[in-house]
Amino acid sequence: MRNRQKVNDQMRIVVASGKGGTGKTLVTANLAFVLSQKMAITLEDCDVEEPNLHLYFPSSGKETVVTITVPGIDESACTLCGKCGEACRYGAITALSDRVLIFPDLCHSCGGCALACPALAIEEVERPIGMIKVSFPLPGLKLISGRLNEGEVQTVAVIREVRTRSEDDPLVIADAPPGTSCPLVETLEGCNYCLLVTEPTPFGLHDLALAAEVVQVMGVPAGIVINKNDGNDGDIVDFAKTHSLPVLMSIPLDREIARVHNNGDLVCLKFPEWRERFAALAHCLLGEYAGGGA
Amino acid sequence: MIRLAVVSGKGGTGKTVISASLALLLPGKKILVDADVDASNLPLLLSPKKIWEKPFFGMEKAHIDPDRCLQCGACRNSCRSGAVRLDENRYRVENFRCEGCAACTLVCPAEAITMVRHRSGVVTCGLTGAGPLVYAHLFPGEGNSGLLVHELKKIASQRVDGFDLMLVDGPPGTGCPLISTVSGTDLLVVVTEPSVSGDHDFQRVIRVANRFRPRIRVVINRADLNPDRVVSIEQFCREQNIPVIGRIPFDESVIRWVRGGEPAPLTSGPASEAIHTIASNIAQELGTP
Repeated sequence: MRNRQKVNDQMRIVVASGKGGTGKTLVTANLAFVLSQKMAITLEDCDVEEPNLHLYFPSSGKETVVTITVPGIDESACTLCGKCGEACRYGAITALSDRVLIFPDLCHSCGGCALACPALAIEEVERPIGMIKVSFPLPGLKLISGRLNEGEVQTVAVIREVRTRSEDDPLVIADAPPGTSCPLVETLEGCNYCLLVTEPTPFGLHDLALAAEVVQVMGVPAGIVINKNDGNDGDIVDFAKTHSLPVLMSIPLDREIARVHNNGDLVCLKFPEWRERFAALAHCLLGEYAGGGA
Repeated sequence: MIRLAVVSGKGGTGKTVISASLALLLPGKKILVDADVDASNLPLLLSPKKIWEKPFFGMEKAHIDPDRCLQCGACRNSCRSGAVRLDENRYRVENFRCEGCAACTLVCPAEAITMVRHRSGVVTCGLTGAGPLVYAHLFPGEGNSGLLVHELKKIASQRVDGFDLMLVDGPPGTGCPLISTVSGTDLLVVVTEPSVSGDHDFQRVIRVANRFRPRIRVVINRADLNPDRVVSIEQFCREQNIPVIGRIPFDESVIRWVRGGEPAPLTSGPASEAIHTIASNIAQELGTP
């Protein structure tokens, strides 16, 4: 697998939050909608453990299976030397005296066992772990949704497949997974800008600080969107100031907004003022950070 | 000793508030675990006093000795995580990407690569009003959150003598950390909320949980925001034979607790009442009325 480098001429914006439930999908879906009115954009759902964007943009599309490779043993060639089991750092292979046991759930597809086998008895076989769906729900909008099969652990492998399908696209908005570990890093790599969505509670601030640290370590410029703002946003604003992160938008805590979004509808379609505010956010993101206007 | 975990699939459903409430309300001696290692919020509500702290070592990571490296590139070709990079004519391992498989060490003709221990977080044990709490901080960008969840549960399990209940606040999602959380759990409380994305993630988490065969009970949070969706959640639960043991209305006193006020279950109000009902339902379930 090749290294993920910045794709030339692609503008990639990632919407992340550290914490789940802050409104990351609300921001992504509405931002993508207003952008798609003006230009061709690609929307990636990289929250593959719990993809939700397709609920806002229902459409049929082309589905492909995501597979990883796991070892298969050619028993006629295997000498039962046990080297494969020694090489596996994930406990996925146990060599017994009369046969070799493989636990595909634990396999990370590194290929180390095949490299270690002196008898060339290991052949890698495909195992499905998820699904990618590419659809065009609106003119100008391409949606790539990744879905990890339930019970699987290779989240990052599915995110990689999502990203492969947007490599030639000029403008990409990606909905990141929650948390701050490998799935977020995979989504952020090579991106131009990260929007950090947060809510004004100690939970929101705590998780925002963690996500901001990842973004900083990776050298990605970022700005903040405060959602569910009930006016008690002082701590978030202070955090933004001390970390030189601009607050680009504030969305109030509002039952109507919550109701529309919870029903799977786009806030900017129901409320014209929100269409304008998301357009302003889009303009700010593209104008300021890509050097060209939206 | 009974193992109870609170999970939700989707983040932001109120899982941590419910975990903390159960920690305060359930009878018996409890040991608590915050398994949401990416964003551990339970300590924010239960303010633990630190007892001990120790480093967490994830998978070892490859290190290339530049003096021995022949620059043949075999390591980079063997690495499927894309972790080996060539910078200014030197091969180097990107720690973020290295998954510790050691395949590179198998192919290096110069024995220039060693696997080194890598500190990827901190595990802390603290004392709260509800019992000891084991939680962790994973350094930003580090992997192995599933392994860390496993480590936290192991630490708590070694201390279970004298405890009646291990209560785990789970991570969002359905991947590696969730599976580590659910395995070995006796009773699973799944928190959901009436929204289209909540529904979707709820059904996914139930399907994953079913593989581990714990007893499952459902709590619907913010139930008054969308009564029609509550009906459909209850319908789904009936079809799956999963009891709904509580419906919590939206209540601002919960936000005040999160902001540092008095714990919601100890105040009066609609959410507090609902949470008390849930706690007594679970207590009955656990046989400790």
